[in-house]
Amino acid sequence: MSAIILFLAVIAIIVGWWLSQQRLTAKPWLEEGPIDDFPGTGAMTLPAAKIGLGMFLAVAGCLFTLFISAYSMRMNMADWRALPVPKLLWFNTGVLVLSSVALQWAHLAARRNDMDGVILGLLAGGAAAVTFLVGQLLAWQQLIVAGYFVASNPANSFFYLLTAVHGLHLMGGLAALGKTTAKVWRSTEVTEVRLSVELCTIYWHFLLLVWLVLLGLLTGWTDNFIDICRHLLS
Amino acid sequence: MVDIPYEAIADVPPAEVPDVELYHPKSWVTKYVFSQDAKVIAVQYALTASAIGLVALVLSWMMRLQLGFPGTFSFIDPNQYLQFITMHGMIMVIFLLTALFLGGFGNYLIPLMVGARDMVFPYVNMLSYWVYLLAVLVLGSSFFAPGGPTGAGWTLYPPQAILSGTPGGRDWGIILMLVSLILFIIGFTMGGLNYVVTVLQARTRGMTLMRLPLTVWGIFTATIMALLAFPALFVASVMMLFDRALGTSFFMPTLIEMGSLSKYGGGSPLLFQHLFWFFGHPEVYIVALPAFGIVSDLISTHARKNIFGYRMMVWAIVAIGALSFVVWAHHMYVSGMYPYFGFFFATTTLIIAIPTAIKVYNWVLTLWRGDIHLTVPMLFALGFIITFVNGGLTGLFLGNVVVDVPLSATMFVVAHFHMVMGVAPILVVLGAIYHWYPKVTGRMLNEVLGKFHFWVTFLGAYMIFFPMHYLGLLGIPRRYYALGDAAFIPPSAHTLNAFISVVALTVGVAQMVFLFNLVWSLFRGKPSGGNPWRATTLEWQTPETPPGHGNWGKDLPVVYRWAYDYSVPGAKEDFIPQNQPPVPRGAHGAGP
Repeated sequence: MSAIILFLAVIAIIVGWWLSQQRLTAKPWLEEGPIDDFPGTGAMTLPAAKIGLGMFLAVAGCLFTLFISAYSMRMNMADWRALPVPKLLWFNTGVLVLSSVALQWAHLAARRNDMDGVILGLLAGGAAAVTFLVGQLLAWQQLIVAGYFVASNPANSFFYLLTAVHGLHLMGGLAALGKTTAKVWRSTEVTEVRLSVELCTIYWHFLLLVWLVLLGLLTGWTDNFIDICRHLLS
Repeated sequence: MVDIPYEAIADVPPAEVPDVELYHPKSWVTKYVFSQDAKVIAVQYALTASAIGLVALVLSWMMRLQLGFPGTFSFIDPNQYLQFITMHGMIMVIFLLTALFLGGFGNYLIPLMVGARDMVFPYVNMLSYWVYLLAVLVLGSSFFAPGGPTGAGWTLYPPQAILSGTPGGRDWGIILMLVSLILFIIGFTMGGLNYVVTVLQARTRGMTLMRLPLTVWGIFTATIMALLAFPALFVASVMMLFDRALGTSFFMPTLIEMGSLSKYGGGSPLLFQHLFWFFGHPEVYIVALPAFGIVSDLISTHARKNIFGYRMMVWAIVAIGALSFVVWAHHMYVSGMYPYFGFFFATTTLIIAIPTAIKVYNWVLTLWRGDIHLTVPMLFALGFIITFVNGGLTGLFLGNVVVDVPLSATMFVVAHFHMVMGVAPILVVLGAIYHWYPKVTGRMLNEVLGKFHFWVTFLGAYMIFFPMHYLGLLGIPRRYYALGDAAFIPPSAHTLNAFISVVALTVGVAQMVFLFNLVWSLFRGKPSGGNPWRATTLEWQTPETPPGHGNWGKDLPVVYRWAYDYSVPGAKEDFIPQNQPPVPRGAHGAGP
């Protein structure tokens, strides 16, 4: 459970920092009157959707970290046999990176008021993400053909489980991306869609980061790192 | 109270209307069924949670009938008894208390108390309720599934949860339970994001964090905790669903089932316990923190006195929220662990008593020399304080490894968690309903029926759960369908069990009086007016009661003061609403 404790410690530091800006030592019973004397203590001025996405990323991050915690505990059991990672995953990873780059492109285009660039970036990002999902399914198929079934070993089970959860998150993102693309299609002003594009981009980068961590875990790259952490903590 | 003179206070302009895009319902269906108005969603949450909670109440009667009069009721067999235990626990903890505090009170009170028009994502908020309803229906459907609901115990420990010896283990029961939990968590996350972001982003002008009523602080912190803790239950549920449906062995060790080697092997039941309790312990405070917040407001309002130590109350809520994530393994002392871990978790468990005790002291000091009105909400709030102290003290017993190990499997634990997590929060729920019902409906609940309801519930709860501590100390095991003829169990224990059962049924019937009161008062209750308790917080200052769509008419309120200006020396009335501008120095008359 060390991974999740570390993750929550980071969240706690962020929350603590934010709370420290909120005058929690104020004596509200003495402060009658308009609050404009205390700038920065009112409601957040960021758009609600952006704060909402930030919160959601914390929740999703928590979810993936818990899966990672479970993974690192289960992998120590005697029956763990690491499975060969299909080469296709490298291609998929490259596609997901491209998807993220395309959305970053769309985001920058939105800031430049370049509507065509936005549409191009969103479509390319969406297409790459769909390709990634198809690639993941093909990787599943390759493993099944090779006899690595979901229940034959916990390493296999985790592989299918983690890729499925990540894929579902990406599918949710694709729904939002589809909605954003439709919005971009209809609107003439880039300012109307800038926020939606930015939120999609942030979410894509988050999912890329999660995938890279999962890939490190599934390919065994991080085994040494986990071992070092375990030794340090015990 | 010190008046700070301000100049040009009247110049603070109210926030204008088009600050949020409100969804305006166009038909009866979008107004009352698929509503995006947080107030309607709150009532939907509350009614659904209460309905499934009543099912859980009936299940507890069934258990008590069996325990009080073993063998008398042929329609309760051992399997059903286990199913009743499981469903009672899970429904009460998650589908009733969590949903009611956060989905019910959170939805109704947050936008009103922070001066917002609605939640920030009304559509997602609506979805949250419907996914919750689906979760409840899936759970309820397990009563009718082949093999019935799961009887794995509310903690659903593997390996037994998915084996054939456990009711519902190889049937649909456990699958429906896990799917229902997964749905609940998805629905809750949708709602939870709303509650948190609304508090962060949609507070009205002047409503700083330190001017928030403690109710909002409690619900806000509990929601953040729930958003971070429920994923652990989600992960555990998904992995167990894989074990059950796909034959994986995340949690399942090698074992012999019904005489033959099972297909499982190598998994770790302890892994499940870690995940479950990583959610399970914060869950205690996810239920308790909203109760803490609400009870603070009830006490302050009905004692006509500012809350004592507001800052300390806020800090304590935040500290409890943080600490509750590092105590989970105290639920696993009997599962065995490295001794230093036991020491660590016992220490953190005991440390959490400090901020909790601060809160109790502050409630008592708020009452000290207050103008205490023994209204029904106040009675319930006082009942909560006493009950929470009782339940908390036995928690200190159980937080110690050496005391916990012998008591863990006994009725002592049942008594402890029912006092601290069952009776105490339910008393707050009931008090809160009596307090806010006038705002929701525009009518007062009947006070005579309310007092009857309080005294039967409060005294009854003590007659049920106090003797249970004693039974636990005798060594009476929990979860058992029948005690048999064990030599260490004296005949008086059986008599006590019968007594507890009779009281439990009586308290259950008293709840029907409450339900009658809710319905009767809706039509015949005394009209309440906008602010019957003469309270300071914003929800009592709405232009209409019940509050209309958008809550505030044309202008949002502006907040000038904290939420607890009661009995301010020199003020005309014994309360000053949060949105009342300050008067220049000297206009109050004699100052403090």
